[in-house]
Amino acid sequence: MRFVLDDKRMEQTMGLLLRFGVVLASTLVLAGVAFYLQDHAHQPVDYRTFVAHPFSVQHRRELLAGISRGSAGAIIEVGILFLIATPVARVVFAVVAFALERDRLYTAISAGVLVVLIYSLLFGR
Amino acid sequence: MTVLVFTLLVFTGSLAAGLLGALTGLGGGVVLVPLLTLVFHVDLRYAIGASLISVIATSSGAAAAYVREGFSSVRIGMFLEVATTIGAIVGAFLASRVPTRGLAILFGAVLIYSAWLSWQSSRLHHVDVPANEPWSDRLRLSGSYPGPLHREISYKVSRIPQGFAMMFGAGTLSGMLGIGSGAVKVLAMDRIMRIPFKVSTTTSNFMIGVTAAASAGIYLRRGYIDPGLAAPVMLGVLAGSLVGARLLARAPVTILRYIFTVVILALGIEMIVNGWLGRL
Repeated sequence: MRFVLDDKRMEQTMGLLLRFGVVLASTLVLAGVAFYLQDHAHQPVDYRTFVAHPFSVQHRRELLAGISRGSAGAIIEVGILFLIATPVARVVFAVVAFALERDRLYTAISAGVLVVLIYSLLFGR
Repeated sequence: MTVLVFTLLVFTGSLAAGLLGALTGLGGGVVLVPLLTLVFHVDLRYAIGASLISVIATSSGAAAAYVREGFSSVRIGMFLEVATTIGAIVGAFLASRVPTRGLAILFGAVLIYSAWLSWQSSRLHHVDVPANEPWSDRLRLSGSYPGPLHREISYKVSRIPQGFAMMFGAGTLSGMLGIGSGAVKVLAMDRIMRIPFKVSTTTSNFMIGVTAAASAGIYLRRGYIDPGLAAPVMLGVLAGSLVGARLLARAPVTILRYIFTVVILALGIEMIVNGWLGRL
């Protein structure tokens, strides 16, 4: 039987894709929290005052160093990045799927959403 | 408070928020931010950042279950996501320009409005009106969903420009306050665009994650998302909403909804008072 991609099948695949992303992300975050508690369990907390710790190029290098050290904060951050990437992956999938369906209008619409997402992830302030 | 105690308490609170959010259909985000700011004295910006992350998790986590039912429409969702994602960027931009007090007051107003909507929807009976809509077909938004006795019920989409504009507003609110603004999205689809309720709620769930992802990058860059806080919030809300979705068939939804409405109303008033007095 030839594989036919229709809207229903597209949505089912999307659902699985999203679930996979969430399971992966939450596993990483859970592991990160466990490590974090192991190291910092008895320290005091303070989230009353806001200290901007922006996610920058500088930070990206720190993050890579943190991962290689097995730092808890870095593991949680990677999990959060995976989580944010999950709905983006869904839109990428939609662009491809609509293109395979030869639906030009919706390929363009999904590509538009993807452009907005990529713009905000890379350049948004 | 030590990190261990704080993490466990925040996890438990988020679990309850996610559970109630799923059972009442209002989402966990609306109670989460007031819970973090008013009870745990977290800075509003950290609270909004953590809430946004939990919104992405619940939207994506619930998607697989929603898809199986066959109500959601990928086309309506994708079409309206153009409006919500652009709105989310504008909202995230505004969030840094508006003072925290202003955000708290806006948040309070949204809470009170959600309480009003929730109160109203429990009394109003929804009627689907079939309509002749040329643009609905032209934009390929018309669709069908499984009805009783394996019959497909077809529908069309009305008042597309108005719905699109309202979706932009929903995106802006989401980007400013770190909530899913599912209630506004359902309102736009159900009441304005006359999309059947089941289709509206399931499609809205899909859209919430994409909308939130559009402001998440900006939040990350501004340092709103603190790993130590976002992690227990995300895990708690996700677990709570998944359990809530399972309990939905057996839970006393009407009573819960009534309690939740009162809670939201009280939190809304408290957010406005605290924002006004500059205590957040």
